[in-house]
Amino acid sequence: MSRVLMIHPDKCTGCHNCSLACGFAHEGQFRPTATRIHVYTWDQEGFSVPLMCQQCDDASCANVCPTNALHRVKGQALVEYDRTKCIGCRMCVIACPFGSAAYDALTESILKCDTCAGDPACVRACPTAAIEFVDDSVATRGRKKAFATKLKAVFEEG
Amino acid sequence: MFGWTGKILRVNLTTGAISKENADPTMLAEFIGARGLATRLFCNEVDANVDAFSPDNKLIFSPGPFTGTFAPSGGRYHVVTKSPLTGGLAGANSGGSFGPELKYAGYDALIVEGKAERPVYLWIKDDVVEIRDASALWGKWVPETTELVRKATDEEAKVACIGPAGENRVLIAAIMNEMSRAAGRGGVGAVMGSKNLKAVAVVGSKPIKVADPKGFEAAVIKGRELLKAHPVGGAGLKAYGTDVLVNILNETGALPTRNFQDGFFPTANKVGGESLAAEILTRAKGCFSCYISCGRATKVSSGKFKGEGEGPEYEAAWSMGPDCGIDNLQAIAKTNYLCNELGIDSISMGATVACAMDLFQAGYLTSKDTGGMDLSFGNADTLVELTRMTGLREGLGDQLALGSYRFAELYGHPEFSMTVKKQEIPAYDPRGVQGIGLQYATCNRGGCHVKGYTIAVEVLGNGAKLDPRTTKDKPYWVKLFQDLTAAIDASGGCIFGTFGMGGDEYAAMISTLTGVTYTTEDYLRAGERIWNLERQFNLRAGLTKADDALPVRLTTQPIRTGPAKGELSHVPEMLPEYYALRGWDAEGRPTPERLTQLHLV
Repeated sequence: MSRVLMIHPDKCTGCHNCSLACGFAHEGQFRPTATRIHVYTWDQEGFSVPLMCQQCDDASCANVCPTNALHRVKGQALVEYDRTKCIGCRMCVIACPFGSAAYDALTESILKCDTCAGDPACVRACPTAAIEFVDDSVATRGRKKAFATKLKAVFEEG
Repeated sequence: MFGWTGKILRVNLTTGAISKENADPTMLAEFIGARGLATRLFCNEVDANVDAFSPDNKLIFSPGPFTGTFAPSGGRYHVVTKSPLTGGLAGANSGGSFGPELKYAGYDALIVEGKAERPVYLWIKDDVVEIRDASALWGKWVPETTELVRKATDEEAKVACIGPAGENRVLIAAIMNEMSRAAGRGGVGAVMGSKNLKAVAVVGSKPIKVADPKGFEAAVIKGRELLKAHPVGGAGLKAYGTDVLVNILNETGALPTRNFQDGFFPTANKVGGESLAAEILTRAKGCFSCYISCGRATKVSSGKFKGEGEGPEYEAAWSMGPDCGIDNLQAIAKTNYLCNELGIDSISMGATVACAMDLFQAGYLTSKDTGGMDLSFGNADTLVELTRMTGLREGLGDQLALGSYRFAELYGHPEFSMTVKKQEIPAYDPRGVQGIGLQYATCNRGGCHVKGYTIAVEVLGNGAKLDPRTTKDKPYWVKLFQDLTAAIDASGGCIFGTFGMGGDEYAAMISTLTGVTYTTEDYLRAGERIWNLERQFNLRAGLTKADDALPVRLTTQPIRTGPAKGELSHVPEMLPEYYALRGWDAEGRPTPERLTQLHLV
């Protein structure tokens, strides 16, 4: 069992506290291109979604990596990045279907979520709990329950 | 540099010259940034007697040290220029993401000077700055302008722009960013329009460095905890937005109704935050680095007031609602969307319509003048239509575009305009809440609540609970709030941060961020310095003690109904004490001694 980052777009206010915390946790400064999490906002509709690496089981970035710089840590949900093995070929950037591996020219490295060694800064910074770090087995429990509650209400009305 | 970028970008639209300058570190330390830095630069460079629409007027955009960092609710930028509405200094700030992006591009301030021959927009990508043709954008409303500029530059660009109102030099035009956030007051959008500047688009990738990362993080975490624990900052504003104040002010008897004929509106609840949340709220929104989330994403799904966007805020819901005798929330939301889309200050717009309705009721404005339109109080369709006409300067809208003072003057009765320094006063009746009246009267940018929000202590009990009906100690509180707010504005902070944080927390954050040590006293002193600098500009521009006054209605005609029935404003009685606390002479002029203390000589 591992913990995963679970996003709740319905709770996101678009404030960017997650991305600010992410960049700061990694560099001690605020550089917008240093963040491993990105928030997309539709201004007119007022809708925002934070996106970061999903630590896929069958991870395209790790599969395509020629030097094993990106690799799964055995028994964990984390896809880890080893800077010393990276040759900067950017194949992972091409392979990731979510755009969650990015090449950073300034540090000449790949930026992807490392879950801050098990204590993600983004989660601590989010004012509305729109991002949680939870056991993968219970990650969707809340949603299932919320939906089940709706069904319950419908049947009770009937 | 830490906190600051140390660079100022200057663009001359007449010559096309673009230059970058180093900011003076002493100036940064003394005036902090945003409102302070922009005002210092503006006063150094612009003659106070300049015509607001002259190419010699300048328009300065400035983020503060907090802007772009995770200081709680600290992502704002300020716009400073000479106001075409008040004839004094205009200072309007806005949240969203534009300010942080300008900072990431590497600038503490953007100074726009001169006037372009044809419509243009600015495209700033870090060090690369271009003045581009905007002929095809002229006439476009704010959402379409924003989308077209993004298409032509970068889809992630942050865009501040004007709508038709700014182009048409509507004296209450705003500058909009991220479509729905406004640097609203003082007609800053009209100045942008007079320069033929349609938009500023920015993408930045540079870092903001921190002097003491551990200390800054600790100060920020403490600030967040204080906000979270506060009933207003931590819960109330997120649940109901600022519009939660409708019922609170009505219960205080200080909800101005029908152009301040009264201070109580029986059906106020229909336009309050609780109704808004139940009927049109899509979700709570937060500006960049916000920990409060007072923003309202709303939608009216069907009917003649159909639309979507942000708001209304409390002051807009009031000006378009009770102040016009209207209790139709959908019509108010629609009017608010129109203000955002056309780029109009939503406070002044509603209040100007309220003034016109008052003149209509009194018979000074007739159907002949209105082209047959019925301007009776309570007419929601009229409100929506007049807002559209004002932005486009059609028909009667061409006169409403002058704001309520000049409009009422056209019809021979300027006393019907509820303004200070010709800018509309907001949503707190100074007959029912005494201190806020003194703030209205003395605010450097004209009628305004937010630069000295004594409502926090007079109504909401934030930190202290004062009797709203008395004048006792109010000059002290007004000065304190004005100075603290000036410092917070200068830092790039949102004033709602004070629903949890105080001077100590702000001083700790700014010190650890910039590496310049500010005690709480230093921080307040910086705010006082900014306030006096603004005051000096206004005095040079020809404003006098006589302009530190409320509309005569508020000191002579009592509130008619509700909890504050019979009350009048007592601003004239408070003014001498206020001047004395400020270290000003009997005419409201800063004394040489005080200016020396503030390093303003």
